[in-house]
Amino acid sequence: MTARLRVGLFVTCLVDLFRPSVGFATVKLLEDAGCVVEVPEAQTCCGQPALNSGDRSDAAALARQVIDVFENYDYVVAPSGSCAATMRNDYPSLLEDDPAYAARAVTFSAKVFELTSFLADICRVTHLEARVEANVTYHDSCSSLRGLGIRAAPRRLLSSVEGVTLTEMPETEVCCGFGGTFCVKYPDISNAMVAKKAANAKATGARMLLSGDLGCLMNIDGKLKRDGVDIEVRHVAEVLAGMVDTPPIGGKS
Amino acid sequence: MHLTSPSFKENSARALADAPLQRALAKVPLGFIDKRRAAADALPEFEALRDKAVEIKNHALKHLDLYLEAFAEKVEAAGGTVHWAADAEAARAIVLDLARKRGAKSVTKSKSMISEEIELNDFLEQNGIQPVETDLGEYIIQLRHEHPSHIIAPAIHVNRDQVEADFRRAHADLDPQRDLSDPRSLLAEARQVLRRRYGEADMGITGANFLVAETGSAVIVTNEGNADLTQLLGKCHVVIASIEKIVPTLEDASQLLRVLARSATGQDMSVYTTVVTGPKRAEDLDGPEEFHVVLLDNGRSAMLGTEFEEALRCIRCGACMNHCPVYQTIGGHAYGWVYPGPIGAVLTPSLIGVEDAAHLPNASTFCGRCEEVCPVRIPLPKLMRHWREREFERHLQPAPMRWGLGLWAFAARRPALYRWGTSLVAPLLSRMAGKKQRFSSLPLAGGWTKGRDLPAPEGKTFMQQWAERRSAAGKAKA
Ligand code: SF4
Repeated sequence: MTARLRVGLFVTCLVDLFRPSVGFATVKLLEDAGCVVEVPEAQTCCGQPALNSGDRSDAAALARQVIDVFENYDYVVAPSGSCAATMRNDYPSLLEDDPAYAARAVTFSAKVFELTSFLADICRVTHLEARVEANVTYHDSCSSLRGLGIRAAPRRLLSSVEGVTLTEMPETEVCCGFGGTFCVKYPDISNAMVAKKAANAKATGARMLLSGDLGCLMNIDGKLKRDGVDIEVRHVAEVLAGMVDTPPIGGKS
Repeated sequence: MHLTSPSFKENSARALADAPLQRALAKVPLGFIDKRRAAADALPEFEALRDKAVEIKNHALKHLDLYLEAFAEKVEAAGGTVHWAADAEAARAIVLDLARKRGAKSVTKSKSMISEEIELNDFLEQNGIQPVETDLGEYIIQLRHEHPSHIIAPAIHVNRDQVEADFRRAHADLDPQRDLSDPRSLLAEARQVLRRRYGEADMGITGANFLVAETGSAVIVTNEGNADLTQLLGKCHVVIASIEKIVPTLEDASQLLRVLARSATGQDMSVYTTVVTGPKRAEDLDGPEEFHVVLLDNGRSAMLGTEFEEALRCIRCGACMNHCPVYQTIGGHAYGWVYPGPIGAVLTPSLIGVEDAAHLPNASTFCGRCEEVCPVRIPLPKLMRHWREREFERHLQPAPMRWGLGLWAFAARRPALYRWGTSLVAPLLSRMAGKKQRFSSLPLAGGWTKGRDLPAPEGKTFMQQWAERRSAAGKAKA
């Protein structure tokens, strides 16, 4: 038998702050898949807000911090396509002029995975013990879908959860309007974008909306709640782990 | 065109509240996205063609000076004239001079974004020359005294009933009782009116999709055939085009045509593709007596060799804006200058200066759809990010944003401090939200909570809870 994979869990700042349940669901999924999970204490943020605001020097500092903390794991897994895409796609170019980190960034970035793709593609998880009775719809986050090319993995995993039926919504590949700092800088445009997303979600008649990124989820949930639409919003990890006893994101409607 | 990019926020607020505009915008995805998808899927070599297109444009840009010279030589050899315009003012002066030499009172025009960029119509009118737009969309917006809101569908923001009202107003000499309920009747009426204008025009101005160095030709594509009438019926044909339209050979142009229409409208080819080389020759039955090409730089050569050079690959297909969720939400006018959508967000700061265009590269979620569909694979989000970097260096972003970010980065670089801060804030917010577990308003988050609720933290942070569980497990073991 091969040695168990040592996985460093990159919790992500949103999960840490807003929805620890997702972190625990992630740990369960990784452990069930046979990994040894560690959660390094010195982690904060992947640096994406700085990177996307044009602040390369803070972004690079945070990237170095992440690499220092995580580079010795076999894999680094985040319950977020957005953070994973930053670490995987952007770190190498961000640190390419830093002689001490350029090569390490390349090695590190190849170890970084978004949770569902890690479970499906690396751990080859085909069956999950969970049982959740729900008609769900799945929102593809832009960074998962286009940044990391993840489309099948979450759907394949969901199909192995007993009781789950998936109803795709129209335009599932369209951005929900969260966009990190975008929703702070242009809240009205962001709000108009998420209104369309909420309408598309509602049209499915699904009882639950899932996604792999907490930013999108908070945005979509906030809109559904404001519009009085009764759809439970959860991170996909919660359903995959069968941990749906906690109140959904934003509480019950 | 009147620059309103600095008031992007106000522009977009107006767009969001504009019901007819929102109705028109809702049709953008339906018209373009599925058709592009189908056209791309129907052509197995489509992705390979995109790679080829990138190669052609990169090569042309790398040797732009050589190809421009070669192009100019060929144009002259065919009996045409090339004019070099460093900026908009120079280009306008050249066109006016040509018009005056022919005593032109009226010029027909087929669609040209360069004409918008150099604000040619207003200038000609001020100088007593009447420009007549012959592309249906351009004609509509000329009647409305507006500007294009899309680079290939300039009147996409206008609804059919608005067009009908415009036509009734502008074509007052026609029977007021006529039936214009069918979109085709609008088209027929525009044709009828414009046909007369072609005959009256002394000069025809067109843009160009490609300029071919090998032959000195301009390649122009339209779906209405109006460019052909514009250039053939006038006595003098003036092509206005920017320098990056150059491609080395006709073969290259035909390769690019294969991705252009598919990306733009989902057509295999546009309805009319015309290659023009020089003025009418002795043996030709018709054609213009004079042929001029005005080559506009207007800031483009300064982009060469910079991180923004890749944007010069653009072949103006419009796919990036068709697929942009921000464009679909606010429309093209909100961007406040000639080029809207993702390519506008990259190009506008390059051409008019990042100070005035500071909003545009920020008004993107970096969802990546534009890059995914761009036929010449311009990494639009990356280039927008480069603009944000320039803005950050020059402190162009709003102060609260900068300070907020600075404070956050300061903490994020100090894990212990960060941990301490988050372990106070998360439980506090959770308690403030109470049983509802969300906020319908919150100080500092007013922008967000104006239109939606904000989910509250569950309670303690993950890291707090993790540490507690670990120490409990440790104690249990001991
Ligand atoms: S940037 Fe690309 S997608 Fe956008 S108009 Fe230019 S060629 Fe088309």
